[in-house]
Amino acid sequence: MFGRPLLRFVRKDTHINFMRGRYMGLIVSAVLSIASIILFFHPGLTLGLDFRGGIVVEAKTSGPADFAKLRTALAAQHISHASLQAFGAPDDVLIRLDAGDDQNTDAVVDTVRRAVTDAQPGTTILRADAVGASVSAELFRNGMLALGLSLAMILVYIWFRFEWEFALSAVITLVLDLTKTMGFLVITGFEFDLVMVAAILTILGYSTNDKVVVYDRVRENLRKYRTMPLMELINLSINETLNRTLGTSSTVFLAALPLALWGGATLSGFAWTMLFGIVVGTSSSIFIAAPLLLFMGEGRLKRGAKAGPAPAQQKS
Amino acid sequence: MRMYYSRLKLASVLGVCLLGLLLCLPNGMRKPFPSIPWRQIHLGLDLRGGSYLLMQVDLKSLTHDRLQTLVENTRDALLKSQLGYQNINVNADKNTVSFQPRDTAEADRDVATLDKLPRVVPNEFSVKKQDDGTIALVLSADAIKARAREAVTQSIEIVRRRIDGTGAVDPEITRQGDDRIVVELPGISDPERIKALLGTTAKMTFRLVDSNPLHATYAPPGVSLVPMANPAEGGPLPVFDHVDVDGTDLTNAGAVIDQQTGEWAVSFSFDSVGTRAFSSVTQTNVGKRFAIVLDNKVIEAPVIRTPITGGNGQITGGFDAQKATDLALMLRAGALPAPLSVVEQRSIGPSLGADSIRAGILSLGVGFLLVVVFMVLFYGRFGWYADIALLANLVLMVAILSLFEATLTLPGMAGMLLTLGMAVDANILINERIREEVARGRTPLAAMQTGFERATSTIVDSNATAFLAHVMLFVFGTGPVRGFALTITIGIATTLFTTLLLSRMLMARWYARTRPASLPV
Repeated sequence: MFGRPLLRFVRKDTHINFMRGRYMGLIVSAVLSIASIILFFHPGLTLGLDFRGGIVVEAKTSGPADFAKLRTALAAQHISHASLQAFGAPDDVLIRLDAGDDQNTDAVVDTVRRAVTDAQPGTTILRADAVGASVSAELFRNGMLALGLSLAMILVYIWFRFEWEFALSAVITLVLDLTKTMGFLVITGFEFDLVMVAAILTILGYSTNDKVVVYDRVRENLRKYRTMPLMELINLSINETLNRTLGTSSTVFLAALPLALWGGATLSGFAWTMLFGIVVGTSSSIFIAAPLLLFMGEGRLKRGAKAGPAPAQQKS
Repeated sequence: MRMYYSRLKLASVLGVCLLGLLLCLPNGMRKPFPSIPWRQIHLGLDLRGGSYLLMQVDLKSLTHDRLQTLVENTRDALLKSQLGYQNINVNADKNTVSFQPRDTAEADRDVATLDKLPRVVPNEFSVKKQDDGTIALVLSADAIKARAREAVTQSIEIVRRRIDGTGAVDPEITRQGDDRIVVELPGISDPERIKALLGTTAKMTFRLVDSNPLHATYAPPGVSLVPMANPAEGGPLPVFDHVDVDGTDLTNAGAVIDQQTGEWAVSFSFDSVGTRAFSSVTQTNVGKRFAIVLDNKVIEAPVIRTPITGGNGQITGGFDAQKATDLALMLRAGALPAPLSVVEQRSIGPSLGADSIRAGILSLGVGFLLVVVFMVLFYGRFGWYADIALLANLVLMVAILSLFEATLTLPGMAGMLLTLGMAVDANILINERIREEVARGRTPLAAMQTGFERATSTIVDSNATAFLAHVMLFVFGTGPVRGFALTITIGIATTLFTTLLLSRMLMARWYARTRPASLPV
């Protein structure tokens, strides 16, 4: 076990002509993104409690849940438009109620709690959350603000470290990744809440990281091969970094996989979205960010003149 | 970079890792003896069960109350100076109290008199003659802000006192923004009693009941119809607005069992001010009803049989043990300056928390193993080194979280796991670089040197962007999401340390020891 590696993704003399598929890549991406945007407007995201407001009560009944009984108990408390669903085991019940105009969601949560435990004695309440309308609007605003600012900061950072062609193509690609992730969320029906915003930001961070590594190599090769056509140069850079790209996406994928499988209700949506994002973010570096850079940078990217920042000096 | 590391450098890096290991210890064991510092990670509410309440202070009502007081002060001051007025009223939108002077000639005297009224904060209000001949007292925006800030600070103090009185363990009470208070209650998964406690302003006043039978359904100025706390006891009572004794003059309150009736009651005692006021009212109004009003509801209105001069009294309002205890607690803790309402509540039962911890630890363990095995399969010896660094990374992350006494949430655990997945990226970058250099036909030494050097700037670049994204998340996130952002941000720092120093050092020392003819890449 100590010694030489046993496996490898691609041999070192691999030369896949990725740029030949550049139009195909962009077309597929455009189709997916447009489809995602359509899905985003109809049927739209399933907003989680954080952003929609209202109440959610999760209960474990003693013995199988008796839905008719529970409904009657709720109706007796004048709670008529609650949705009850089973999830997981037969004794797990999820009760939801949208935020009405009334400001006292927190009182309603207590009523629901009591009604459920009275209807089926021995019921334990696993979770009871209530979010008022004003708070949910605020949480949503903050979530979107975090997303927007992150994108802006990434743009500025890459611009600062590379050139604007790099920054612009990276951010366009990230936005496309984002739309596809939204499409994924609509199709899977995972709830879009603050934890999901965290997942999306992590995906953005990961996807950016992946693009930076490829860009880094492109920049290096621009200095090294002054006369090589840009298309060939980008192809070469992708091939040179392919092992690393596949390696890192595998380790992140492997790290997130157990969460998706055993992370429980709170985190499985988060983890599946992460897994999807890793696949999308990795492939978009190759099939979208690189072609965009090619279109924007053809004949414009400086060669050798602007040696980027020298590698940090190591003092050791 | 050089390929040689001094013993000192090696020792210091290993020292940091060892220190990290020591810092992790408090999380898994008891404090052996009391004199050592013992910092550990706290479990978030989603992992240990409990409740999170976000409460909003009703600042509008605070301003409204202040304007009402100003109306009374204005009336009193003008009457004392024998000045007349008409149409005194409050404009809540403009934060003003205005009235029509009896005589325009008196306007200047009115202004001068009212300017002497006590102000709660400097420059709280100004007294002005308006164009339409009225005189207005205008609350300044700064004063309202200052009052609001003070009200939130006061509220936090009172909330803390009330919660401490319930015996809740480790409650955390913090301010959020301008007008909100976060209350975290570990271990209390049904916060209904606490909410009832905090949702009551507990402003208690003692006011005389108007005995004029004509006023039972129609209240003249200076009298209000106040509903009974228990509607079964009858309709609203006409109670004088004038407060004879205020609940703030109470020094103590407790729940007791009434000797005669055997019912639960709340006994209270006044300070000297309250005692004086209470005895003078009860002396001059024997035979009249005296209402005890809590938050604008009459708890009871007993008839004054004998003057009460001892400064002690008792309230019987058909309480049960819990209600009596809670009312006594609220009276002791004091009234809230403004009503509090719950705008967000999250409660997690203890069983769900335990499940989450299990799920989190299982995922972390399996994820860690998968990454370790992957690195060995794909990178051989250098993969092992990466794994050692990965273990150190996990240890350091836990150590820093302990040092900060950070709160670990379920998303925080996910953040740790993702950090582990991303951490080996640096090693992969280095290894791939070395591999390339070897393929170009460089000597092992040159290949390793170039590999390290080239990969370093890429590593820093790629981590910086992730760092930025999560700092944003930390700034704008709340609750568990912040925990997630914090662990990733800490994880990025520990990752840079373990990969750029530890794993690199292991590789360099192995090279120095063996001087291999070819590298295992």
